[in-house]
Amino acid sequence: MKKTQNVLIKGTKDGLTLHLDDQCSYTELKRELNDKLSESSRLNEESPLITVKVKIGNRYLTDEQKEELHEFVRQKKNLVIDSIESNVLTKSEAERMKAEKEIVSVAKIVRSGQVLEVPGDLLLIGDVNPGGTVVAGGNIFVMGSLKGIAHAGAGGNTNAIISASEMMPTQLRISHHINRSPDIKEDVEKKDMECAYIDQNDQIVIDRLQVLIHLRPNLTTLEGGS
Amino acid sequence: MGEAIVITSGKGGVGKTTTSANIGTALALQGKRVCLVDTDIGLRNLDVVMGLENRIIYDLVDVVNERCKIHQALVKDKRFDDLLYLLPAAQTSDKTAVQPEQMKKLVDELKQEYDYIIIDCPAGIEQGYKNAVAGADKAIVVTTPEVSAVRDADRIIGLLEKEEGVEPPRLVINRIRNHMMENGDMLDVDEITTHLSIDLIGIVADDDEVIKASNHGEPIALNPNSKASIAYRNIARRILGESVPLQVLEEKQKGVFSKIKKFFGVK
Ligand SMILES: Nc1ncnc2c1ncn2[C@@H]1O[C@H](COP(=O)(O)OP(=O)(O)OP(=O)(O)O)[C@@H](O)[C@H]1O
Ligand SMILES: [Mg+2]
Repeated sequence: MKKTQNVLIKGTKDGLTLHLDDQCSYTELKRELNDKLSESSRLNEESPLITVKVKIGNRYLTDEQKEELHEFVRQKKNLVIDSIESNVLTKSEAERMKAEKEIVSVAKIVRSGQVLEVPGDLLLIGDVNPGGTVVAGGNIFVMGSLKGIAHAGAGGNTNAIISASEMMPTQLRISHHINRSPDIKEDVEKKDMECAYIDQNDQIVIDRLQVLIHLRPNLTTLEGGS
Repeated sequence: MGEAIVITSGKGGVGKTTTSANIGTALALQGKRVCLVDTDIGLRNLDVVMGLENRIIYDLVDVVNERCKIHQALVKDKRFDDLLYLLPAAQTSDKTAVQPEQMKKLVDELKQEYDYIIIDCPAGIEQGYKNAVAGADKAIVVTTPEVSAVRDADRIIGLLEKEEGVEPPRLVINRIRNHMMENGDMLDVDEITTHLSIDLIGIVADDDEVIKASNHGEPIALNPNSKASIAYRNIARRILGESVPLQVLEEKQKGVFSKIKKFFGVK
């Protein structure tokens, strides 16, 4: 009996791609993958590592299975898996992604000792007082004064920004970068709204809000806008 | 039924006890029936400031542990005709001797008898604070014009906002020294109020007479001639719902007016 192939190896200009069928069982897939990778062993031990993309169609792999796949391929060949692409997401992943994209607005004063945390962007209608902290997976927009601590991109997003009408923070954090306020505060006139972002030198810098229009075009979510 | 107001601050020594004694006295001067409750167990001094120490027989801990009836523990202020009473704190126990539920029950009982229950809260945010706010309907936060006191006031306001059944707190700024504010060496009233964004219910000058009066067990509110006394009486009137302008009105108006001028571009 001639079976349809569950494993296809394709070479593209970007490297190798492994297409894994999404209809057969996972065990079957592994067996066939094993055969395929063993028979086409034209590469010898010394040849350099080749990265492969794995496309698994509408199959969902658990983290353990993904880990197993990584190991499996690595043992067989001089191959390493670069990425595993699936068309499907679990509900919780989808919810997390949605939450990270969402902008949550909160009207309150975040006072000393309080922590306000959101998974996505934060729009705070109020102030962050000294000793208060706001944390967001995405960007932070403070409509009032920011006098406490703000941590944007808390999950590691270095593109996140922090903006405030009155930027007088005790500390700013974006992703893993930390920037504390200067020890000597010069008594400046009240300025316009400002923003903080990570620049090319991996430093958190504070600038006019308007610079973001060029630096962070992704802040625009309006579709089809001109 | 009366209402219970807790006087709190976070930071110690900013004038909670002084404010409690004087607001209570000023309310009694307005003819209200007032019961002062000292919840600073172990460090009581509302009785000393009121000059009632030598008449204490039972205390708050005795009441909640049912060693006596409430009325047995209440100390009457003889300067008033049956208007002002004090429920003293225990000096020998510690703050864990009372639980918030017990305090709530006690305050609810007092509310049947009195127009105002003024609760003097200990410093800090632990058990003593929790006891003090348990029965309160309203809260007054006391601060001085110092950064650290304002910071702690902010913390306390944050906690009070989470208390169900307690109205948004109002602010007393105590120990104001005009010359320092004018020179910019102290936070000014506007700065503090904007920063904390709660309603201001009164400002009290730093006044040696306050200390003298406390040392004599005569709250300053009884003396009609001092600036601080007028300030406390004004706070009492505001509690009663009157709208009384702030004492240092001139200064405040100047500030507001110059801002408006700037807005309209007038020089
Ligand atoms: N307006 C004022 N002018 C001058 N002295 C004042 C004023 N208000 C309070 N004081 C003084 O400050 C000191 C502390 O006041 P008080 O005992 O009322 O503070 P507290 O907040 O109750 O302190 P604790 O946290 O220890 O309970 C006292 O000596 C008091 O007389
Ligand atoms: Mg006290």
